[in-house]
Amino acid sequence: MLCENCNERDAVVESIKVLPTGVKHEHLCDKCAKAKGVETTITMQQHALGEMMQAVQQQASLVTADAASCGFCGATARDFRLTGRLGCAHCYEAMEHSLRELLRRLHGNSKHVGKRYIAPQVQMESKVDSLHDLEDRLRRAVESEQFELAAELRDRLRVIE
Amino acid sequence: MSSAKSSLDLSLLPDGGVRWLDASGANSDIVISTRMRLARNVSGYAFTARAREGERLRMLAQVRDALPNVPTLRGSVLLRLDELSQNDRQLLHERHLVSKELAGLDAQNSVRSGAAVFLGDDAGLLVNEEDHLRLQALRSGFAVPAAFEAVQRLDRELGAHVPYSFHREFGFLTACPTNVGTGLRASVLIHLPGLVHTKEIKKVLTGLQQMGLTYRGLYGEGSEVVGNFFQLSNQTTLGRSEEDLQEHLVRVVRQLIEREEEARRILVRDAGYIIEDKLWRAYGTLRYARSLTFDEAMNFLSGVRLAVGLKLITGLSVYTLNKLLIFAQSAHLAHQEGRVLKDDDEANLVRAKYVRQALASEGGGHQ
Repeated sequence: MLCENCNERDAVVESIKVLPTGVKHEHLCDKCAKAKGVETTITMQQHALGEMMQAVQQQASLVTADAASCGFCGATARDFRLTGRLGCAHCYEAMEHSLRELLRRLHGNSKHVGKRYIAPQVQMESKVDSLHDLEDRLRRAVESEQFELAAELRDRLRVIE
Repeated sequence: MSSAKSSLDLSLLPDGGVRWLDASGANSDIVISTRMRLARNVSGYAFTARAREGERLRMLAQVRDALPNVPTLRGSVLLRLDELSQNDRQLLHERHLVSKELAGLDAQNSVRSGAAVFLGDDAGLLVNEEDHLRLQALRSGFAVPAAFEAVQRLDRELGAHVPYSFHREFGFLTACPTNVGTGLRASVLIHLPGLVHTKEIKKVLTGLQQMGLTYRGLYGEGSEVVGNFFQLSNQTTLGRSEEDLQEHLVRVVRQLIEREEEARRILVRDAGYIIEDKLWRAYGTLRYARSLTFDEAMNFLSGVRLAVGLKLITGLSVYTLNKLLIFAQSAHLAHQEGRVLKDDDEANLVRAKYVRQALASEGGGHQ
């Protein structure tokens, strides 16, 4: 949702004002909220890891190197800022650049040196299972307003059906 | 081999799931237990929190189908947390068999559909936790290698049939970046009353953090330290091998045990009768009180445990004290009474009665 004040940036805050005429809801971006004196850090409730990620991204201007959203689960950098959790294994590739920096700060290192692993070749999943998986991914993409991803998944579903 | 139960029959659990309490392990007067856990995710599904119900259930089914090929979990019991009552879920959490998150005990997060646990003799497997899979092994006392061996075996067997998400550079992928890499959390539950009473503990804890270890309370993440029981574990999971991480923990815990023993000697030397009086008062309270809050019980138990360690009180086993630690919690009290306890006041009465009886039947304490 876009900021109702500037109509340019994503709205991150809902400001609720009680006026004599009734309750007024307004969705604002970070910048406009600040300009209007709305406290954003409390309302947005960023996860501690999310804040750290944001600091990392700002310092190294890594945002542009990362994908806008994960091509598998549709999660965005904003989702990570709020929850401090990745949406799926593919998010690590979508946000690779920022994550590498974040991991360096968290662990002092970004390279795994422990046990190596090669996944077994699992027999072809049943058609029904992969159909259900695609349907679930499509619903999630629609719910999180990832319409490009949704369109792609819809096409793939059509092929299977 | 496995069966889903709608209500919890504890006799189904291997050793009631509390063999780790039996005080048979090394240094068990100071180290209560050792726990190893590995975080893994199954490829092809969104991580648990982002997954839809169908994905969580299909992932669980995939894991269950692989179990005939996983000897470590042969004969294990499957419990579907999403089919258990709140008290039963809490009971499993109080036994350290499932995490608070999996049991859905947080006020804002209720139990997820598909949340389940496989409990075997040697190891357990939590399904649909923050990560799809949490493999864990609990052992009595200070037993890092044994616990690690068990969890590693389970990892090898399961990972050969269920494909994990693994990244060339980042290692095993997890929902939270703080677990990525090895996914290993190696921890010990340790009792440090000597260092607390000699006021050394602050310095020690700061030192631990500088050495890359972190501490929590009895119940892991987010829990308060009560009764001088600390859960110590590695802070980082990436950039060091599994062997490195556990060897480091072993080295630090060994030093810590020595410092705790030294602190206890100093206590006896410099404050002999004061400390003796304090510990006997703790015993007296547990033996005769009519109402005990959980925190009170833990604090007095800490005193009695120290007194047993110092051989001031004899005839009381560490096993009994360990059992009290777990069985004096509210879900266990309700389970023993066979009814719901209506409020904290009632739980406090039942707790005091349980503790009195446990200590009386042991018959120890006389000098």
